[in-house]
Amino acid sequence: MIFGIPIQAFAGQLLVGLINGSFYAMLSLGLAIIFGLLRVINFAHGAQYMLGAFIAYLILAFGGIGYWPALIVAPVLVGLFGIVVERLALSRLYDVDPLYGLLFTFGLALVIEGVFRYYYGVSGNPYPVPPALTGAVNLGFMFLPIYRGWVVIASLIVCIAAWLLIEKTKFGSYLRAATENPKLVQAFGVNVPLLLTLTYGLGAALAGLAGVLAAPVYQVSPLMGSNLIIVVFAVVVIGGMGSILGAIVTGYMLGVAEGLTKVFYPEASNIVVFVIMAIVLLMRPAGLFGRDA
Amino acid sequence: MKLSRALAALLMATVAFPAVAQEISDGKVKIGILNDQSGVYADFGGKWSVEAAKMAAEDFGGKVKDMPIEIVSADHQNKADIASNIARQWYDTEQVDAIMELTTSSVALAVQGISQEKKKIDIVTGAATTDLTGKACSPYGFHWAYDTHALAVGTGGALVQQGGDTWFFLTADYAFGYSLEEQTSKYVISKGGKVLGSVRHPLATTDFSSFLLQAQSSGAKVVGLANAGLDTANAIKQAAEFGIVAGGQRMAALLFTLAEVHGLGLEAAQGLTLTEGFYWDRDDDSRAWAKKFFDRTGRMPNMIQAGTYSAVLQYLKAIDKAGTDETEAVAKNLHEMPVEDVFARGGKVGPNGRMIHDMYLMEVKKPSESTQPWDYYKVLATIPGDEAYIKPAEAGCPLVK
Repeated sequence: MIFGIPIQAFAGQLLVGLINGSFYAMLSLGLAIIFGLLRVINFAHGAQYMLGAFIAYLILAFGGIGYWPALIVAPVLVGLFGIVVERLALSRLYDVDPLYGLLFTFGLALVIEGVFRYYYGVSGNPYPVPPALTGAVNLGFMFLPIYRGWVVIASLIVCIAAWLLIEKTKFGSYLRAATENPKLVQAFGVNVPLLLTLTYGLGAALAGLAGVLAAPVYQVSPLMGSNLIIVVFAVVVIGGMGSILGAIVTGYMLGVAEGLTKVFYPEASNIVVFVIMAIVLLMRPAGLFGRDA
Repeated sequence: MKLSRALAALLMATVAFPAVAQEISDGKVKIGILNDQSGVYADFGGKWSVEAAKMAAEDFGGKVKDMPIEIVSADHQNKADIASNIARQWYDTEQVDAIMELTTSSVALAVQGISQEKKKIDIVTGAATTDLTGKACSPYGFHWAYDTHALAVGTGGALVQQGGDTWFFLTADYAFGYSLEEQTSKYVISKGGKVLGSVRHPLATTDFSSFLLQAQSSGAKVVGLANAGLDTANAIKQAAEFGIVAGGQRMAALLFTLAEVHGLGLEAAQGLTLTEGFYWDRDDDSRAWAKKFFDRTGRMPNMIQAGTYSAVLQYLKAIDKAGTDETEAVAKNLHEMPVEDVFARGGKVGPNGRMIHDMYLMEVKKPSESTQPWDYYKVLATIPGDEAYIKPAEAGCPLVK
């Protein structure tokens, strides 16, 4: 027994928290990358996540293209959409107050969600779990759906890959350098505007990928992004704005914290993240992993 | 000078107010449909209810007592303060004669209060709470399509009868959820069942796995979902994932309509037991009407939308019979006239404003059993109105002695 809860139930809740943490980690990773380089607070992230899920649903319903190809197709399409958005609009806002970028992406999210709500309603559409991942295994302490296990593994792979890309590759080193001092990097002959465009595309693609992974678990609904985005922002703030490692670690941590709250005091489960945020900001204004500016 | 002014005023008054005060005020009958058109309940009623109301006006001939009928609508965003502002504006400056639909219990209670104060008629189809015809009843307020009691009796009763005598609730953490849980618990206990526990989740929760694990380990035979809309759909979808149904527990969606079944898909929704006041495939009349609805909207109606059609139609009939849209006279007719249309057969209105009509206990078909689009339900039983609804005398309405 831990805190009056049987150890099995406790272990089950920990695992469930980890699964939700996977989504938080993946989404906040994209946000952190975008903020780190572009200094844009990407409020369209939830809408891009929703787009990923919807593309998976639409290509299945109308093209018969299943889950596995969708894991590639949807992020690519969402990434391209992100690139277009960055070229056409966001790139014009870098010189002005960051608030404009926030307002623009927020407006964009409302427009995208509104369009999908108009055509698809709010109650959502079903998306089946791919046949290879249906069923569940009995772990003794809980019944683990195989698909959920896959989500944890997939998100770990994505997070590690993104971290390696940024820390260990040449592209990553340019990216980090441009975050530190864009003018100097440009003086060295690196095409910084292109780097910014690709980074935004990458961040959007990550959101799209998370959307595809979420499609079989949640209803594919126009509201699915806005339900999640606020929590994800809290994750980024707690982890330290722009800190990639911070976003990943905090994502998993908060998933677990939220999961445990659902056992001890369920009514508070949707505010616990914000309570933690308030405490962290009081103690460490730059976030857990952030560097003081 | 003074005299001539007074004379002019007197003349004006006689011109402006000829002796037709007993007929239709301001030359037309204006009905406001106020509901959620963009949020979690936008498919539950939404703009589809507005369309149903327009159909009712057209089917009535577009005119009542030679005066045109106008349907206006607005989105209250599930917020009682926004809804109250719109209702006051409609009544005070836009000559709206009655407000209908009113999805979301908190909104319905607020607008019914305003309607009573302004002496106007309101007919609720979208909200569930029994308080509307209980302690918050109004002489001009009506509750048309369903309520939490009918859902508890229908779905709760059926499952207890089938041996589901131990329950665990997943309850939406607001007034509607509490009311639904309370009514259902009461009914389950009165039939000899037991409630093993409940957990309250915030509105618009996306992940239910924690709550579902708790329900699973409670060992209850039935997991009652005292929530609505997208919350219920996500809970059901994830329950299948965690093997809750496969493990022998049953899911009871206490408020689930055709719109949500459509969104969830038969694969995930099959086998669910639920209660509705209308099914489009009930008989030839309902099929014919639903086809017209489908041609306009691309979807089949649920009980909220069909109920809104019925409410508008009955209101127009009541005006026609009274020969005026004056509130007292119309309310009197609404209380007295039987309700006989495509939605309700043999419906009657209690002195507390409750429209009492038969409800249907449904089971969601397996994908293999469904032969055409929107063919989703098997009708398990008809629940007579007198069993489904609280007797007006016992509802706690101060108007009923």
